[in-house]
Amino acid sequence: MSHNRPGGRRVPVTPLVATLVVLTLVSAVVSLALGSEPLTISGVVDVLQARLAGGRGADPTYDTIVWELRAPRVLMALVVGAGLSIAGACMQTLVRNPLADPYLLGVSSGAGVGATLVIVLGVLSGLGVWALSFGALGGALVATALVFGISMAQGGITPLRLVLTGVVMSAAFSSVSSFLVFYSADPRATQSVLFWLLGSLSGSVWAQVLPSVIAVSLAVAVLMALHSWLDALAAGPEVAASLGVPVAALRITLFVLVSVLVGVLVAVSGGIGFVGLVVPHLARILVGARHRCVLPVAAVGGALFLLWVDVAARVAVRPQEIPLSVVTGLVGAPVFLLLLGRRHYTYSGGEG
Amino acid sequence: MSHLSSRGLAAAVGGHTIVSGVDLDVPRGSMFALVGRNGSGKSTLVRALVGLRPPAAGSVAIDGVDLRTLTPRQRATRVAYVPQEDGPPEDLLVGEMVAMGRIPHRQPWAVDAKGESPLVMEALELVGMADKVDRPCQHLSGGERRRVLLARGIAQGADLLVLDEPTNHLDVHHQIQLLETLRALGCTVIAAVHDLQLAAAHFDAVAVLHAGAVHAVGRPADVLTPATVHDVFDVPATQLTDPATGRVHLVLGPGAPVPAPRKVPA
Repeated sequence: MSHNRPGGRRVPVTPLVATLVVLTLVSAVVSLALGSEPLTISGVVDVLQARLAGGRGADPTYDTIVWELRAPRVLMALVVGAGLSIAGACMQTLVRNPLADPYLLGVSSGAGVGATLVIVLGVLSGLGVWALSFGALGGALVATALVFGISMAQGGITPLRLVLTGVVMSAAFSSVSSFLVFYSADPRATQSVLFWLLGSLSGSVWAQVLPSVIAVSLAVAVLMALHSWLDALAAGPEVAASLGVPVAALRITLFVLVSVLVGVLVAVSGGIGFVGLVVPHLARILVGARHRCVLPVAAVGGALFLLWVDVAARVAVRPQEIPLSVVTGLVGAPVFLLLLGRRHYTYSGGEG
Repeated sequence: MSHLSSRGLAAAVGGHTIVSGVDLDVPRGSMFALVGRNGSGKSTLVRALVGLRPPAAGSVAIDGVDLRTLTPRQRATRVAYVPQEDGPPEDLLVGEMVAMGRIPHRQPWAVDAKGESPLVMEALELVGMADKVDRPCQHLSGGERRRVLLARGIAQGADLLVLDEPTNHLDVHHQIQLLETLRALGCTVIAAVHDLQLAAAHFDAVAVLHAGAVHAVGRPADVLTPATVHDVFDVPATQLTDPATGRVHLVLGPGAPVPAPRKVPA
């Protein structure tokens, strides 16, 4: 059936996801060759083949750079990109607001307080390299627990209450972080905090990969298992309730899921902006709003996007590293503006 | 046994009781209208009747089963609710929107079962929107959107349909067509309606809400009398009966001191 329906064209989901997966795999291999020390693709492939077969690369320098330094970072970019994108899609459905992002519930600003405490005051220093991650995760969970508690005490998790409580609590937590940085008066600490708040994968190690992979896989599995309820919730709480969806329980589930997922991701990557806001919208434009289509496309698309963002952060002004939010903001803002124009076109295009 | 009945039902919004002491009995297969002025609590009562809000007092039963004893999914297979308006336009096609009506019939992880698309097409044909199954919902007019929402309610497959202002935003052709579609479905229909003439001519029974209670309930000819219309709406009215069809028609005005509150969104 052919209709003149601008903005309504759909890309078939399965071929799109397959294409994105192939692109992501190729990109991952290529990106292993890119960095402050450019390597050859064939050298990278040699190391990967040797490592995946259980051995080590023939060239120890290549082996160290590819497997120990870059591979965990590339994997983390993929996992964090996928995780933030599905968290954003889930959050936009939970609060029914296209401007919602994964950090709406105060996760990142809470994590910021935890990270700042670690960097500035040396809290948790007994945990060594894990201090920052645990500090951030703790801060994130405390912040979302507060937002959750306040929302529930005031009558339940409704979109407006979540948005307002989240925004207000984020502002309060940011103030605490700012005070701590100001109080420390240590320029190096200030720089570390700023770098962390803007997001980076530069500290990625193999040990961080597994927990993040588990968190993102679980989240994808749960959300895909609830896909038709998410569709109903996106249409409105009354519609969802009249279609037999237990709205209050679903909202609490989504809140807890997103909080833990984003808490884990923020703990290893800091606050990477724009990915969780823009990628779900791009996915919806390509495949429509049904969650069983949006979630896989957003996950793979977000992984691919953040992979290249991280490459740009590594190589743009090497040997310096750029915080990831700087890159996602520079890329994300024009993309989002284009998208707004396109959505406007979609909304006004129907009446002709 | 009545298909839907309520006893001592009270419905509240934000702790304020809007209507109370509502005793209704809606026979299976009948069409039942709720009328009343703006703010009389029609929409609030509708939400309580379908279990979207727990009653502040009293109870609602479908086929004698108290709504509160049903799980949300069990409830959704027995009663379908068609709201006045959905949220903002979404990137859903008409067919996808209507297919959401099948959600209560499958697990949340299941994808559309094979038998669903005929049901969706059938519902769309009933509302005259089958040719627009591939249209994005945001390209529909207000009236088309209303008919798609009705199709979603029909696709839900419940034999009790509860509608909030189903004829709003519809031109007179589509108003009549929609009411005749509802009649042809053979379901039990409960609808909040603003248009007294439609309520009089197309429904088997009418309940008039006024001052937080059911002011009158019964057959349209017995309820929508000049006295009641004047008491509740403050509008002079004349009741006529079509000798050919036996349907009751209301003539409102002329010279009404207050215009009839028609077509004003509640």
